[in-house]
Amino acid sequence: MNDVVAARAEPVRPTLKPIRLIDEKGAPVKGAERAGFTLPSPEVLLGLYRRMVMARRFDVQVTALTRQGRLATYPSALGQEGCEIGAVSSLGENDWLFPTYRDSVALLTRGVPPVQILSSFRGEWHMGFDPYEHRISPQATPLATQALHAVGLATGAKLKGDEVVALTLLGDGATSEGDAHEAFNFASVWQAPVVFVVQNNGYAISVPFSKQSHARTLADHAIGYGMPGYFVDGNDVAAMYAVTSAAVQNARAGGGPTLIEGLTYRIESHTNSDDPTRYRSPHEVAQWRQRDPIARLETYLRASGALSDALFDEIAAAAEQLAAATRDAMNTEPVLDPLELFDHVYATERPALREQREYLARELAAAEPAPADVSSTESISTASGSIA
Amino acid sequence: MTIVDRTALGSPAGPTPAGSADSGSADSGSADASGAPHPAAPAPALISLSIAGALNAALRDALADDPSVVVFGEDVGPLGGVFRVTDALHATFGESRVWDSPLAESGIVGTAIGMAMYGLRPVIEMQFDAFSYPAFEQITSHLAKMRNRTKGRVSLPVVIRIPYAGGIGGVEHHSDSSEAYWTHTPGLTVVTPSNPADAYSMLREAIASDDPVIFLEPKSRYWAKDTLVLPVRTAPMARAQVLREGADVTLIAYGPTVKTALEAAALAELEGLSVEVVDLRSLSPFDDETVGASVQKTGRAAVIHEAAQFGGYGAEVAARVTERQFFHLQAPILRIAGFDVPFPSPKQEEHYLPTAERVLAALDTWEW
Repeated sequence: MNDVVAARAEPVRPTLKPIRLIDEKGAPVKGAERAGFTLPSPEVLLGLYRRMVMARRFDVQVTALTRQGRLATYPSALGQEGCEIGAVSSLGENDWLFPTYRDSVALLTRGVPPVQILSSFRGEWHMGFDPYEHRISPQATPLATQALHAVGLATGAKLKGDEVVALTLLGDGATSEGDAHEAFNFASVWQAPVVFVVQNNGYAISVPFSKQSHARTLADHAIGYGMPGYFVDGNDVAAMYAVTSAAVQNARAGGGPTLIEGLTYRIESHTNSDDPTRYRSPHEVAQWRQRDPIARLETYLRASGALSDALFDEIAAAAEQLAAATRDAMNTEPVLDPLELFDHVYATERPALREQREYLARELAAAEPAPADVSSTESISTASGSIA
Repeated sequence: MTIVDRTALGSPAGPTPAGSADSGSADSGSADASGAPHPAAPAPALISLSIAGALNAALRDALADDPSVVVFGEDVGPLGGVFRVTDALHATFGESRVWDSPLAESGIVGTAIGMAMYGLRPVIEMQFDAFSYPAFEQITSHLAKMRNRTKGRVSLPVVIRIPYAGGIGGVEHHSDSSEAYWTHTPGLTVVTPSNPADAYSMLREAIASDDPVIFLEPKSRYWAKDTLVLPVRTAPMARAQVLREGADVTLIAYGPTVKTALEAAALAELEGLSVEVVDLRSLSPFDDETVGASVQKTGRAAVIHEAAQFGGYGAEVAARVTERQFFHLQAPILRIAGFDVPFPSPKQEEHYLPTAERVLAALDTWEW
């Protein structure tokens, strides 16, 4: 027993104060609060800034489109851009991301087109992109289940001798799920190249963090699994990027998993159907708006001379273009094929499913208006008018 | 007992029921891939093998033939599994192919999903039926749905082996028949062999399948032996098999109750009743054709399973056979099943499990 204990290296203990490289006023942090991490280069910081601005504009646009009824639902990540973008930007091209429903802007950062990201939220199909093209798993709706998929994929890559790292995003509520525990444990026992990033945004829908965990920090969980844990200011994108990058490099080098907690805040409601005034005060939200991750980095970059007015305007214009493209995409009705319901359930064809597919095809054919009725758009509107 | 389709590999495919072309081309393709002939192998020998031994041989051959096959779970490593189905695999293939995982079923299934996403073909074990329940979410929400969710882009070729059902004197949680949970989940394929030849052939086919397969192993039959030649290939696993021909009644059975059905058929014969026994083999998909043809011939059917009757798999069998064969039926379809109580303690299980006598008594309730 003692041999077993002695064989394990002492894991890094999370600090009690979140690791921070740029403070809330946009000034560089010096000393212990940095926990040995160094500020990324101005080029990297500018890249992170650009991505956060794009993410914010996308998020605001999609929330607006959801209020207009263009989407069925949209879980916003407004205010969490530092956490999301800092974490996901640490990944290499061949690495994998295992996101949740709240992490649409992380998908955007990895290059998934808006129309594909929003396929599920507008009610088209349960997801809209190719996981293998982007190396991103479907956005998980059940909590923490995707963490195990990340551990499995990373272990599979390790078994095949590929240097692939899997990063999974979790919420604070998800850490209460059994699958989070199993994922932490499996990853550590198998020394899987995985990085767990817990975005502690204060609430699981309405339930505050104080009712979710009695731990000092969620990063503290890491110690029990024998892996390093880091407690990071999630609204400091520089710190999130620096710490996550170190964890990714460590995993790639065979050092096993890392658990990172990013302390952040969900400025928007859980989804458009939530009413946050029932469980949190406007004062609290206002306080967190003061810690905005984008404004903080902007102050730093302007002060350091890296962000000129011209560059600021250029990035803002690109964000407007993205918003316009997203609006256009969402204002075009998707063309759906009801018969596709049957086409992807099994790789092996099933006679019973074929029969049900034929049944629906007959039903659709019978419901189709006669050709004369669709000869002009005028007659369609007339027809719908007469039904009303 | 007669196994209809037991044909040594390398010989032409065994006889299959009429219309087997409908069983799906991908199925037969998988079977071919799983049983490539070994030109250098010595002449096949007839051996006596148990179901557990046949499953072990299937895993061994699959591991040898396909480097993407991995085996992991609780105690499947050096111990060889609590039923020894993975015996000697760890020693033969090493820790990177066969290993003991932490003791957490959701973790086992969840990580198998991730490995399958990366191109591996995990064969994992739930040590006992009721111990699969912690993995319910991973199985029903992800393993079953991933292919559909991703429009066929992500297939999950995972086989979950589950020793199931009673009859071995197991304490609580060691004797459940949970098949209806899995068959009610679109996206899963659910199969259960009843004899050593099928155990080998169906496991090879399940591992070669691109769909996730719940592979239910009737633990009371693990030690039932038969003589066969390895590698053996029986009918495609999607097809039911007529194990005994008869004219008066069709008994529909699967897994552990196939033996019960065959015993009942032998006893019935003494009373002058000619009983046909159909071994379903696959619970999802259901082979409407083979079962339908049998019921058209006999006009009467009863389905036998160990699981509780209410909401059980037998209800689906009775309903769909009635829908399709109503005008051929002379009597309502009967279900001989477990009582609607939790599976009892070892000293009481004999009162719970369907027996041949109980089957005969049920047949006597019909007006003949």
